[in-house]
Amino acid sequence: MTVQPFLLEMKGISKFFNGIKAISNVNLNIRKGTVHALMGENGAGKSTTMKILSGIYKPTEGTILMEGKEIFPNTPKVALDYGIAMIHQELSPIFEMTVAENIFLGREPLYSKVHLVNYPKMYKDTKKMFENLDLSINPKKKMKELSVSEIQMVEIVKAVSYDSKVIIMDEPTSSLADKEVEQLFSIINRLKKDGKGIIYISHKMDEIFRISDDITVFRDGEYISTNLAKDLDQETLIKQMVGRELTDVFPERNRSVKEEIALSVEGISAPGYFENVSFQVKKGEILGLTGLMGAGRTEVAKAIFGMIPIESGSIKLKGEPINIKEPKDAIKHGIALVTEDRKEEGLVLPMSVKQNITLSSLKSVSSGPMMKKNTEKQVADDMIKSLKIKTHHRNQLVETLSGGNQQKIVLAKWLLTNPTILILDEPTRGIDIGAKTEIYKLMDHLTKEGYSIIMISSEMPEVLGMSDRIIVLSEGKVMGTLSPKEATQEKILSLATANKVEV
Amino acid sequence: MNSQLSTNSYKETKENSNAKFKHLLSEYGILLALLGMAVALTILSPNFLTSANMLNLFKQVSINAVLAIGMTFVILTKGIDLSVGSILAFSGIITASLVVGNDTNLLLGIVAGLGAGLFLGAVNGIIIAKWKVTPFIATLGMMAIARGLTYIYSEGQPISGLSDAFLVIGTGGFLGIPISVWVVLVVFIICTLLLYHTKFGRYVYAVGGNENAARTSGLNVDRTLMSVYCISGLLAGLAGVLLTSRISSGLPQSGISYELDAIAAVVIGGTSLMGGRGRLWGTLVGALIIGVLNNGLDLLAVSSYWQQVIKGTIIIIAVLVDRKRT
Repeated sequence: MTVQPFLLEMKGISKFFNGIKAISNVNLNIRKGTVHALMGENGAGKSTTMKILSGIYKPTEGTILMEGKEIFPNTPKVALDYGIAMIHQELSPIFEMTVAENIFLGREPLYSKVHLVNYPKMYKDTKKMFENLDLSINPKKKMKELSVSEIQMVEIVKAVSYDSKVIIMDEPTSSLADKEVEQLFSIINRLKKDGKGIIYISHKMDEIFRISDDITVFRDGEYISTNLAKDLDQETLIKQMVGRELTDVFPERNRSVKEEIALSVEGISAPGYFENVSFQVKKGEILGLTGLMGAGRTEVAKAIFGMIPIESGSIKLKGEPINIKEPKDAIKHGIALVTEDRKEEGLVLPMSVKQNITLSSLKSVSSGPMMKKNTEKQVADDMIKSLKIKTHHRNQLVETLSGGNQQKIVLAKWLLTNPTILILDEPTRGIDIGAKTEIYKLMDHLTKEGYSIIMISSEMPEVLGMSDRIIVLSEGKVMGTLSPKEATQEKILSLATANKVEV
Repeated sequence: MNSQLSTNSYKETKENSNAKFKHLLSEYGILLALLGMAVALTILSPNFLTSANMLNLFKQVSINAVLAIGMTFVILTKGIDLSVGSILAFSGIITASLVVGNDTNLLLGIVAGLGAGLFLGAVNGIIIAKWKVTPFIATLGMMAIARGLTYIYSEGQPISGLSDAFLVIGTGGFLGIPISVWVVLVVFIICTLLLYHTKFGRYVYAVGGNENAARTSGLNVDRTLMSVYCISGLLAGLAGVLLTSRISSGLPQSGISYELDAIAAVVIGGTSLMGGRGRLWGTLVGALIIGVLNNGLDLLAVSSYWQQVIKGTIIIIAVLVDRKRT
């Protein structure tokens, strides 16, 4: 690299949440007029770093320099004032407002004397901005009338309109068709010529190598390396992203998977989520279901559990077709789903540990309509003991417990329903390594008791360390099945990032 | 190291007892508030703590208490029932029309009043649980519908000349305690059993605390929502019967804005409008606080205009205190 002052420098940035490390000692240098790709697995620390840069989080340690001067982006507004704009993966425009109103939200041009919004100027300025980028979007259209890619373009225009120097794009192509991707890239090239620095987050390898100048890799919340894109190839990059050994976090694998098929899913489709997905789970097996975010893994699980209706295909339990319309039916058939989001779908936060544990099996702790309170206490205490849930008392509210203990409570709830099939969606997300190990041991133990487990996970080591078989999904389709012997992180990643071109 | 440990644990126990005290205060603070108000009024007015005034006060509170108990179920599920005042009037007028004169079937009149309340509550439930209309809008609509039906049925006229036997409910007593107070006690006991000792009660808290999790856990969310609006409607019908008996006539314009007092009692009692948090005994205390306040301010000859200002202020303070609690 030539000696050239960096546009933006992040030096020794660390962030702790309640004493737990999210990222530590991250360094990032962005050059003017370049695209800088951030790479890493889910949870590697990319998002946290970007949230610090865009003012959503405050760093615990470290400094940020913009054109050599230290800056303190404490809120998104301040970050914008410094010239840092972020385009989030989940776009959240105000759909009922026009394009121009969205772009000028919070800084509407006013008539000088009367302080009323100067709409003609607003629309004229917006039109000019679009013309500068060769876009043909009508500023007077409502956001809800636009396509996803147009909304994306509007967000970019909005980001640029703040006179931004650094623009962060988080998975900007995740909902774009190929043609729209080309349009996005041509806009990015224009922005480069204008001397902007672009931070680009994506999982798609081909895109990264096409568009980026510099590539920085994160892993486990740590900064790994920065290289020029032309000095890297795909394999080296994947190695850098993955690069760690499986430690003894995982229980030794001495499972005896039975030949008996517990659950088989045959060609199920749910339009918009996944299509023609088939797989089987054997008795005592842990089936790993992996893929990138948005690959349709969670949706497949929800469909089996009756939360998403399937349009075609069938689900068979021990060879018998079953009809599942809502979670109640799934529970009756002995299927349990530990959802990805504990707080949204797993727990009733203002309820106690005991009440959450028995929530799905109130029948077994009541006679007729009346609760058998003593039985319930007994059942809850037994679960607290056998899953080693750390709580002061069964009556403690679950909202006051740590993530790991909350997760165990969700597990306890489902184990009480006497399932034969246990679907675990990201079973260890957001919990610390100690609790992870305990959950792995528990999973291992359950398979020995004859449970079949479908484990959905984005964490490669977890997938490799726990699964007896691995199914990789990409864009709602099964891309392949791997045995633990043949599976490597590289193989999984290349299946998961399989190019759209093949489709 | 050792000494550090011991100071830490010392600090912890101190913090613990401090927290416990705070917890107790926030949990039972409204009881203290009620007691404080009663003591203050006893000192300020010689007429407050007389048996005549107490009987009058309890009779007044009973209507709101019955409505508020039903409202508690609804609010625990994160809902609201604005129609209770109108349903009260509708049930009242139906009952009144059936117990005119002295040779009428008393039981039929009462059951018809309760049934009318239950029916309109069930309609609320269907609109909310099956058709997914937000509770605010559904019950706002029902508030107008039930009021309109009341006027249509009564042709806008009060119905008087009710059977003497019927009037006993509102005026009579048992063991020196008014019958309407006995009714409140029985309703409270049944509802406490329902809320804290049945599966249904658990469903109510779970649906209000996290509807998604309740659904995912296999609970019948729709049926739970249906049920709470049925309970609220039924109890509004009961309140209608009680009120009709007490004022010895069916008034089509009775119960206007009663829903607000019921909601106020629930909120003062510490039940969160966000759902899933709350307690039934708090509602009873909340209703008593509003009753004592009305009664006391009357005794102190505070103008009714100022009474409204004071009541409103107390509701807001109660919510602010509650926010600290949760």
